[in-house]
Amino acid sequence: MFKKLATGAAFALALIPAASFAAGGAGHIEDYDFSFEGPFGTYDRNQLQRGLQVYTEVCAACHGLKLVPIRTLSDEDGPNMPEDQVRAYAADNFTVYDPELDEDRPAKPVDHFPENNNAGAPDLSMMAKARAGFHGPYGLGLNQLFKGMGGAEYIASLLAGYTGETKQEAGTTFYENTAFPGGWISMAPPLSDEQVEYADGHPNDVESMSKDVAAFLMWTAEPKMMARKQAGFVGVLFLTVLSVLLYLTNKKLWAPVKGKD
Amino acid sequence: MSGIPHDHYEPKTGAEKWLHSRLPIVGLIYDTIMIPTPKNLNWWWIWGIVLAFCLALQIVTGIVLVMHYTPHVDLAFASVEHIMRNVNGGHMLRYLHMNGASLFFVAVYIHIFRGLYYGSYKAPREITWIVGMLIYLLMMGTAFMGYVLPWGQMSFWGATVITGLFGAIPFIGEAIQTWLLGGPAVDNATLNRFFSLHYLLPFVIAALVIVHIWAFHTTGNNNPTGVDVRRGSKEEAKKDTLPFWPYFVIKDFLGLAVVLVVFWAIVGFMPNYLGHPDNYIEANPLVTPAHIVPEWYFLPFYAILRAFTSEVWVVQFASFITGGIIDAKFFGVIAMFGAILAMALAPWLDTSNVRSGRYRPMFKWWFALLVVDFFALMWLGAMPAEEPYASFSLIASAYWFGYFFVILPLLGVIEKPLAQPATIEEDFDAKYGKKSSEATPAE
Repeated sequence: MFKKLATGAAFALALIPAASFAAGGAGHIEDYDFSFEGPFGTYDRNQLQRGLQVYTEVCAACHGLKLVPIRTLSDEDGPNMPEDQVRAYAADNFTVYDPELDEDRPAKPVDHFPENNNAGAPDLSMMAKARAGFHGPYGLGLNQLFKGMGGAEYIASLLAGYTGETKQEAGTTFYENTAFPGGWISMAPPLSDEQVEYADGHPNDVESMSKDVAAFLMWTAEPKMMARKQAGFVGVLFLTVLSVLLYLTNKKLWAPVKGKD
Repeated sequence: MSGIPHDHYEPKTGAEKWLHSRLPIVGLIYDTIMIPTPKNLNWWWIWGIVLAFCLALQIVTGIVLVMHYTPHVDLAFASVEHIMRNVNGGHMLRYLHMNGASLFFVAVYIHIFRGLYYGSYKAPREITWIVGMLIYLLMMGTAFMGYVLPWGQMSFWGATVITGLFGAIPFIGEAIQTWLLGGPAVDNATLNRFFSLHYLLPFVIAALVIVHIWAFHTTGNNNPTGVDVRRGSKEEAKKDTLPFWPYFVIKDFLGLAVVLVVFWAIVGFMPNYLGHPDNYIEANPLVTPAHIVPEWYFLPFYAILRAFTSEVWVVQFASFITGGIIDAKFFGVIAMFGAILAMALAPWLDTSNVRSGRYRPMFKWWFALLVVDFFALMWLGAMPAEEPYASFSLIASAYWFGYFFVILPLLGVIEKPLAQPATIEEDFDAKYGKKSSEATPAE
């Protein structure tokens, strides 16, 4: 009887993969390599600064970063920009409403990046954590275990995923995109080759810029990542030492009881 | 405390006697810490300590998080990000609390299944079991309300779906739902009361944990053989037991430390792995997420809730005989709570007079299948409500109920149990005694 049950169960399990494949409708996410992946990965300061430039010159036209204080651009574990540079960046690029003065004034480092939802564009502060690039297989979550959640990969794939096809629907133009779920997105292709001039002469094709701004947005979503990984490493190390000490203590303590002394 | 005979605290100095005659607190602590514990406990018995640790961790990190959190629909999401960005160590506190909930449920599920396998629920430990089930229910309520507090999309829509279950109760459901939410929909009133209860319930849990420990300190621990500790005299009891301190404290701490290595690695290196990306989008009542999925620890029971659709004959039958009062939605709610009630009733459903699954040749297999069933339900709970998952969910749910209401009562009658060791000492010596005498000359 057990044999029959087991055979039945095995047969049932064999059917699952076929069904799961049929259910898939998400876009294709390229597994780009980022410096911050893995337990020891860190942010690439230069890449974050390039990404900030792409954000400022391109994305900020429609999107905001309302949860991110501008001062954090000088964080050591982030873009690590000098403070005077951050001050100049804030004043040059953004104006904010000051309730005390009752008027707009140039932004200061203590201000947050301004909110912006032109054309209904979502805020990007948390975007890299609010999207998962990788799923499955079969709802088991193993891909995320090995590749990471894939938020940054999703953003880079989306920005580099336009095919050039468009369609009109109810008065709105949709652009075909290989990464976007459903395949059609209402955001026009924001990047074109050599659109942003990098001071460090780094390649500025669409894919490079996409990766840079994706890395920057990973930082805006998870600014304490490096401190967290450091705490993780130290904690694991100390707890492992503690485990070994407790193992030896426990062994010695129980030896007489188990007749092993 | 009654139970296994052992040495009690004797105040010696004048000061000790003075205190003891007024408040015997040292004696209480001594008796609790030095309780005779079956010496053959295996590693499945460490999860109680892990659970105690989790409760302490959640309360401590939670109290600090509350100092920086704002329970208001316009401010909650940003205040959590304030904790993540501006509060010293805030990102670690928040991730510890968030993943601490997962560790709590990993531990409680292993703890419950250990009890189910070794028959820890059987007489005389029914009260321990029932109190444990109450703690588990409160944990689920606390975790659910805690998940609403960051006010992300999953918080909002999870709260909407789960409180909607109460709306399925015939006649009074809608009134109950409105009363729970503090209004017609999930809003600021809901967030505030969930915050209040999320802070309160852990202390109720802590009180019940004391009752839980009190109960099993009265009956004594179960053990892998299920055989009782001999209680004729102190000397006899000493052959079967060892004092909790230091033997089991050190052993439990070793188990806890190893578990914490894994836990800390998850918090440090992949803190969002067990979460859902949608909860990093601020709650928006106008946009429904494509898939509303509860946290992993609710999935088995969520699968049971969804399994009973209006196409299932049991549901149609229930609807027919009640004149439509029990519809598919209400049936699902009954099934979900019934699945937990089934576990709580195990002491009275299990007819076998052998406690430990170790000596029950047929039970072993049905139990193993229950474990598989639990994981299958967990997986099915995360799958979309469509074929073939719907049918699998129904089969898996049926087994869950079948195990408790059919298999457990029947096995006690038809199963021929194996011989049990006469004493715990015998079991312990069979494992270590002979080996050591052979090993000694080689050293």
